[in-house]
Amino acid sequence: MLYDMIVIGGGPAGYTAALYAARSGLSVLVLEKLSAGGQMTNTEQIDNYPGFPEGIGGFELGERMQKGALRFGAENQFSEVKSVELSGQVKIVRTRKKEFQARTVVLAAGAYPRKTGVEGEDRFAGRGVAYCAACDGMFYKDKTVAVYGGGNSAVEDALLLSRICKKVYLIHRRDTLRATKVYQDALFGSSVELVWNSRVTAFLGDKHLSGVEIEDTKTGEKRELSLDGIFVSIGRIPDTGLFEGQVDMDEAGYLIADETTRTNLPGVFAAGDVRTKQLRQVITAAADGAAAAWNAEQYLAEEGC
Amino acid sequence: MSEKILTVTSENFEEEVLESALPVLVDFWAPWCVYCRRIEAAVEELAEDTEGKLVVGKVNVDEQAALADQFGVETIPSLILFRNGERIGEDLVAPGSRDAIEEWLEDNEIAL
Repeated sequence: MLYDMIVIGGGPAGYTAALYAARSGLSVLVLEKLSAGGQMTNTEQIDNYPGFPEGIGGFELGERMQKGALRFGAENQFSEVKSVELSGQVKIVRTRKKEFQARTVVLAAGAYPRKTGVEGEDRFAGRGVAYCAACDGMFYKDKTVAVYGGGNSAVEDALLLSRICKKVYLIHRRDTLRATKVYQDALFGSSVELVWNSRVTAFLGDKHLSGVEIEDTKTGEKRELSLDGIFVSIGRIPDTGLFEGQVDMDEAGYLIADETTRTNLPGVFAAGDVRTKQLRQVITAAADGAAAAWNAEQYLAEEGC
Repeated sequence: MSEKILTVTSENFEEEVLESALPVLVDFWAPWCVYCRRIEAAVEELAEDTEGKLVVGKVNVDEQAALADQFGVETIPSLILFRNGERIGEDLVAPGSRDAIEEWLEDNEIAL
């Protein structure tokens, strides 16, 4: 079957695109590799998506967005996209076992955590090195951990862990945080100990992480910090590797598109965290999804489909 | 939880897992583990789709600490495979997709 639209990625951008498109009568397939919601499922409570005055769990919000799209006839498959051919009038999307065709494609694959690239990181992944405090924090109940990073997510992780763990350090490469004021105020009022001007240079341990080596970025002095675990929170990478060579992207891998979400390829739209934009939030991802569906409709009308 | 999913406990482990005629995939999880919830839909779909070829069970590590200890589960979700009463292959920790689970089953020569 030839779908009017295939959506790659089942986060807020993807399911909003599917909702709008399905409500307009388009046939839509969403391909999501794991579960509805994407990155927000790792957030315990979302307080900045309007309409939920008491906040809502990220996992639950993802499921609700999925249900909303399915209610109007969008289809959903939990399947990972392995390759795409986006330049023709009929776009081809392949999963491990199947091939799908569509007139338009919405790229809404989101982003994943950036790694430090420091020695020992992969060896201790899941054995003391973690990337999601909301997911793995409970394993470190009453233990000593560090968060590595200085943005909102890093501070949020440190605060969450400070309620579970015996001791929490926040290791940051500079002497100021990128996190916004509301996060900084909460942090400075908490038990989290800041380790400024420090870079992790090695992950240490035998079978399980026992600590990290950190280097003072001003003096170059190195020392060891004993830890049961470390949560790496140094930013995200757009999940756009599959589209390389087909869709124009910037140096960091973000797909180049303005608010219309139109990419360099006709009929191909970039929505959510994969797109070049200023603010990456659940609500801006959802907004992109709506814009992508509307522009896809315009494109289909122009093409006479 | 899907009816196709077996709840594994210390009491039924021997009979349902070790003595099973079919291979058994055991998913070690806990209610507070967000990533466990994320793979839940994929695990349930897999259980439905592989009925008659594979048994899919879940161990709640909060309630079944002894089983988690016995198999050295340090990170959840951990998926462990059993065939003919033995643990086989490498465990699969926090798979990124349903496909990753299927590929792991195929690597362990489980026909789907």
